[in-house]
Amino acid sequence: MTSNTAVISVRDLSVGFGDATVLDRASLDVFEGEILGFVGGSGAGKSVLMRTIIGLLPKRNGNIEVFGTDLGAVTSDERRAIERRWGVLFQQGALFSSLTALQNVQFPIREYLSLSPRLIEEIALAKLEMVGLDAGVRGKYPSELSGGMVKRVALARALALDPDIVFLDEPTSGLDPIGAAEFDALIRTLQRTLGLSVFMVTHDLDSLHTVCDRIAVLSEGRIIATGPIETMLASEHPWLKSYFRGKRGRLIHH
Amino acid sequence: MTAAGRDAQGTSASLVATFDGKGVGLIATGAWIAERAAELEKIVDDAAGRYQTARSIDIDLARLDRLDTFGAWLIERLNRAFTARGASTRINGLSEDDRGLMDEVRLVNRTAGKDTAAANGIIVALDSIGRAVAEIGASLVLLAHLLGALTMVVLGTIAHPARLRLTSLVHHLEKVGWRAVPIVALSTFLIGAIIAQQGIFHFRTFGAEVYVVDMVGILVLREVGVLIVCVMVAGRSGSAYTAELGSMKMREEIDALRTMGFDPVEVLVLPRIVALVIAVPLLTFIGAMAALYGAELVCWLYGGMTPDIFLARLREAISVPTFAVGMIKAPFMALVIGLVACVEGFEVDGSAASLGLKTTSSVVKSIFLVIVLDGFFAMFFAAIGM
Repeated sequence: MTSNTAVISVRDLSVGFGDATVLDRASLDVFEGEILGFVGGSGAGKSVLMRTIIGLLPKRNGNIEVFGTDLGAVTSDERRAIERRWGVLFQQGALFSSLTALQNVQFPIREYLSLSPRLIEEIALAKLEMVGLDAGVRGKYPSELSGGMVKRVALARALALDPDIVFLDEPTSGLDPIGAAEFDALIRTLQRTLGLSVFMVTHDLDSLHTVCDRIAVLSEGRIIATGPIETMLASEHPWLKSYFRGKRGRLIHH
Repeated sequence: MTAAGRDAQGTSASLVATFDGKGVGLIATGAWIAERAAELEKIVDDAAGRYQTARSIDIDLARLDRLDTFGAWLIERLNRAFTARGASTRINGLSEDDRGLMDEVRLVNRTAGKDTAAANGIIVALDSIGRAVAEIGASLVLLAHLLGALTMVVLGTIAHPARLRLTSLVHHLEKVGWRAVPIVALSTFLIGAIIAQQGIFHFRTFGAEVYVVDMVGILVLREVGVLIVCVMVAGRSGSAYTAELGSMKMREEIDALRTMGFDPVEVLVLPRIVALVIAVPLLTFIGAMAALYGAELVCWLYGGMTPDIFLARLREAISVPTFAVGMIKAPFMALVIGLVACVEGFEVDGSAASLGLKTTSSVVKSIFLVIVLDGFFAMFFAAIGM
C-alpha cells in the first residue's frame, strides 16, 4: 500500500550541539504506508534526526514537514494535532514506571479522548492483544516485565491512538534473534492492518532484509543513499559495502 | 483513506437502521475513528439495546469513509452483543484495507479479565497493617543477618589483619568523617548557641542564669551532641551508602563480586561500617566542643557572662562520666546507621524507583533506630547510676 505521498519530508536539515555539527543539510522522505529503515554508524546521528523530527531537539536550519505541514511554522494547537497522529517507541521502551502495563496503554487514550472507562479498558486490552501479549500482563509494572514484553507494551502504547506514523528507535535491540524476528513480523502485520507509515531506526540487518520497504543511510551528517535493500547491496559506496556486504552482512544474506 | 490529507476531526459518523420484519439491517456511515468513539459508543450500545428481539442482523460497512481500531472494536462489540443473544449477524461490505483490522479485532478481549472489584475497605486496611508488621519483622531479621555476617567478617579480619581493605577504609573515612566536619561543627555550634539563648531567656525570670551552663553542658555532652551528629550522619552518609550499594546491586556489580569469590560483606560493608564507627565518635567530640563554644559565645555576648565564669561553672557542672556517656553511645549508633544503610542498599531491586525508595527508608529507619537506642541507653545509664 505504498503510495507516493510523503508523510514526512525533511529538507536540508542541520542540527548541532555547540561546535559539533551532527546533521549537515540532510534530506529525507518517508512515504505513506511504507516501512523506512534508517541506518548509520553508531554516533552518526540517527537518533538525533528522529528526535529532531518529533521535536525533542532544536534544529539549526532546514525544513521538516509532517502530513504536509511545516513543523517550523505551526501553532501549539496544530502541533498537538500532529503529535496526536504519531506514536513513538523509544529504545528502552520509556514506559511510565509508576503505571501498570494496562495503565500505560490507557494513558494517551484517557488524556486525548473523553471515553467511557469501559471503552478505554477494552481498547487498551485490544491493543495489548494486538501486540501479542495476553491479559496476564495487564496488572504488571514495567519493572516486572521482561525486555521483550516492555517493547511490546511500549509499542501498544505508541499505537494507542491509532497513529498514522510510528517512529521506532532500534525496536529489536536487546532482543534475542527469535524475539527480534517475531517483533519484525509483528511490526509488518500491524503496519498492514493499521495502514501505518513506519520510520525505523535500526542496526539489525535482519530487520532491514525482511521488513523494510526502503532503507535510508546516514553518514557524515547526510543521507548518502536511499532505496530498497537490493540497491544497497548493489552499491559500490565503501561504507555501504562494508555495512551490507561485510562479514555479518554476508552471513545473513546467504 | 489518505492519511496525508485526512481531516483530524473526520466526517460525522452514524449507524442507520432498517427493519423489514425478519431482520435488522444496520448501515455504518462516515468515519468510525478515535475522535468519534465517544458518540459511537452511545450509538452502538443504543442499537444493541433497541433490537433485542431481532433474530438476524446485517451490518453493512460499505459506506464507511474510514475505520480505525476504535471503530472496528465498537462494530465488533455490537456484533458480540447480538451474537450473545443468539441472533445471527453478518458483516458485509468490508473493504480490503479494513479486513485485516476487523479480523484482528475479532480475536481480542475474548478472555474475561481478572475480577477487579474493590475489596472490603476494612479488609484492605487490615491487610496493609498486617503486611507492614510482617515487613518490620522481616527487616529486623535482615539486620540481625547482616550483623551476624559482619561479626564473622570482623573475627576473620582480627585473625588475619591483612584482609582489612585499608585503602577503602581510608577513602570512606575521608568521605564520612573528614568531609562531614564543617557541616557537623556548624550545626552543633548553632544548636549549642540556641539552647544557651533559650536557657538564658527563660532562666533570667528566676535569676538563675548561671545554671544555663549546667543545662547546656549536660544536655550537649550526654544527649544532643551525639543525636545531632547521628541525624546528620544518617542523612549524609547513610543515604550515600544505601545509594552506592543499591546502584551496585542494580548493575549486578555485587553478583559479579560474588562470582569472583569475594564476600560483599567483607569488601563493601566492613570498610564502610568501620569507617562510620571510627568517624562518628570523632564527629561527636567535635560536635560537643562546637556546641559548648556556641553556648559560651552566647552566654558572653547575650547573657553577659565572661568566658572565665562559664568555664569555671562548666568544670563544676560536668564530670568525666557526663562526657563518657555521650562518647560511649556514639560507636553503637554508628553501627546501627551503617547496618541499616547497608541492609537497605542490598534490598534495592531492578528499578530506579526502588533505589529512591530504599534511600529514603534507610534515612528514616536509621534515625528512628538511633532514637530508640538512645532511649535504651538512657535506661541503662540510669540503672548503673551514670
